[in-house]
Amino acid sequence: MKRFLTAALFFLGLLLIWQVLYSLKLWSPVLVPSPLDVARYLRDAVLDGTLGSSCAVTMKRLLIGYLIGLCAGIPIGLATARVRALRDTVGVLALGLQGLPSVCWVPLALLWFGQNESAMLFVVIMGTLWSVILATETGVRNVNPIYVRAAATMGSKRLHTLTRVILPASLPFIVSGMKQGWAFAWRSLMAAEIYVTILTGFGLGHLLHYGRELNAMEQVIGVMLVIVSIGVAADKILFSPWENFLHRRWGTSG
Amino acid sequence: MTLQQELVPNAPAKLAVEEVSKTFRTGKRVVHALERVSLQVSEGEFVCLVGPSGCGKSTLLNIIAGLEQPDGGRILSDGVPVSEPGRDRMVMFQEHALFPWLDVMGNLMFSLRLKPNLKDSERREVAMYYLHLVGLERFQHANIHELSGGMKQRIALARALAPNPKILLMDEPFASLDALTREQLYGDIQRIWQERKKTIVFVTHNVREAACLGDRVVLFSPNPGRVQEEFGIDLPRLRDINSPELAVYSTKIMRALKGHLSTQEELAE
Repeated sequence: MKRFLTAALFFLGLLLIWQVLYSLKLWSPVLVPSPLDVARYLRDAVLDGTLGSSCAVTMKRLLIGYLIGLCAGIPIGLATARVRALRDTVGVLALGLQGLPSVCWVPLALLWFGQNESAMLFVVIMGTLWSVILATETGVRNVNPIYVRAAATMGSKRLHTLTRVILPASLPFIVSGMKQGWAFAWRSLMAAEIYVTILTGFGLGHLLHYGRELNAMEQVIGVMLVIVSIGVAADKILFSPWENFLHRRWGTSG
Repeated sequence: MTLQQELVPNAPAKLAVEEVSKTFRTGKRVVHALERVSLQVSEGEFVCLVGPSGCGKSTLLNIIAGLEQPDGGRILSDGVPVSEPGRDRMVMFQEHALFPWLDVMGNLMFSLRLKPNLKDSERREVAMYYLHLVGLERFQHANIHELSGGMKQRIALARALAPNPKILLMDEPFASLDALTREQLYGDIQRIWQERKKTIVFVTHNVREAACLGDRVVLFSPNPGRVQEEFGIDLPRLRDINSPELAVYSTKIMRALKGHLSTQEELAE
């Protein structure tokens, strides 16, 4: 409760500073709208449904692409860690492509797929996949061999060892790869949505872009706040449970 | 199999090591870890393998466990050749090797879940029985990192005992513990050995520890790894590591160990 109060006070303070700066009229209200203007925009956007539908469009792209990236990345990472030939080929490819800022996939995706959902999914998957592959590979290669030996004496074999020993033992690495993949995917999706109009659905980036076109600063800031909130919520909902588990079991600081 | 049968100790196994050889190659160097080593361990016997590092005692333990394959010779457990790890031979390692992603109960259940023909509730009862045996039933829900070194090794012992093996293989399990904790565990392991009637092969480089625990101490010599000498320890249980009677035996073994080392040095010169 005390922690919640501290945080609430901090953000109320920020709002207050914002309001004071606005009231001092240092900048034109076109450039710095009041918190109330932003709140009014958000209320209207919620009521007329634009905010809800763009959130839905963006989150659908993100979650589906991310899930595909995870479901492909973890098995590929397991394989590259276990098979030297794959490590020297797919592993090196993953290392190279992970270094490529994932927004760089956008032009290619647009030319290949057009201004549609496939292009957006492709960008999100490319953002997720390579980080997850590399993190899983590192995790598996860092598993203490004694765990596998101990499991073997207890009668654990191939698939059982893989899913019950190697995978959970590499969890700390996999979770950090999942977080990195999420961050890359989220950033590149936003960039793509701002950069081009995707004809199959208007996402949050699109809404942000139109805020600029219309010189509607309260819309720009309002949408930015929504994007920030989604980021925080994703962290709390998707990753906090894993991190708490790791912290509790491994006793690592976190 | 019922729970009652499960909790009755399995008859300890007779173990035969027949002419086992093992060499390792690291670059151009060839290390003869074991050369035609033979050893008989009778049912329920507590045998300690001692020797300087590099004498192949841990390698032999791994071969008995089925974790490594010998280049020559074979291992017989109750007359059956050993080719892979099996629940009749459980291992306790120097590092506790407990799984950090599971709690204490989860670790014990890991080995029990791999045993067929038991209900999960029965497995839980078996696990509790062994936690009680090592005196840590209160810690069933604890995480591994919350336990002290001695407690971790006790849990590792309970996990190794839980599948009811005929043979327990221990690879310097107390080497990383402080002296006081170690002394407690000497008492525990002797008591549990008597209660659960296991055949135990115990590897250590600590001669006094070997004399305290073993019915018999087998001294290995390195380069190539061979059995140098065997010592029967004819003392009543439970033995105290600090007793003067024990010192007589450990001094004798130590002298043999040092004598061998000095002849090695002479050869090297």
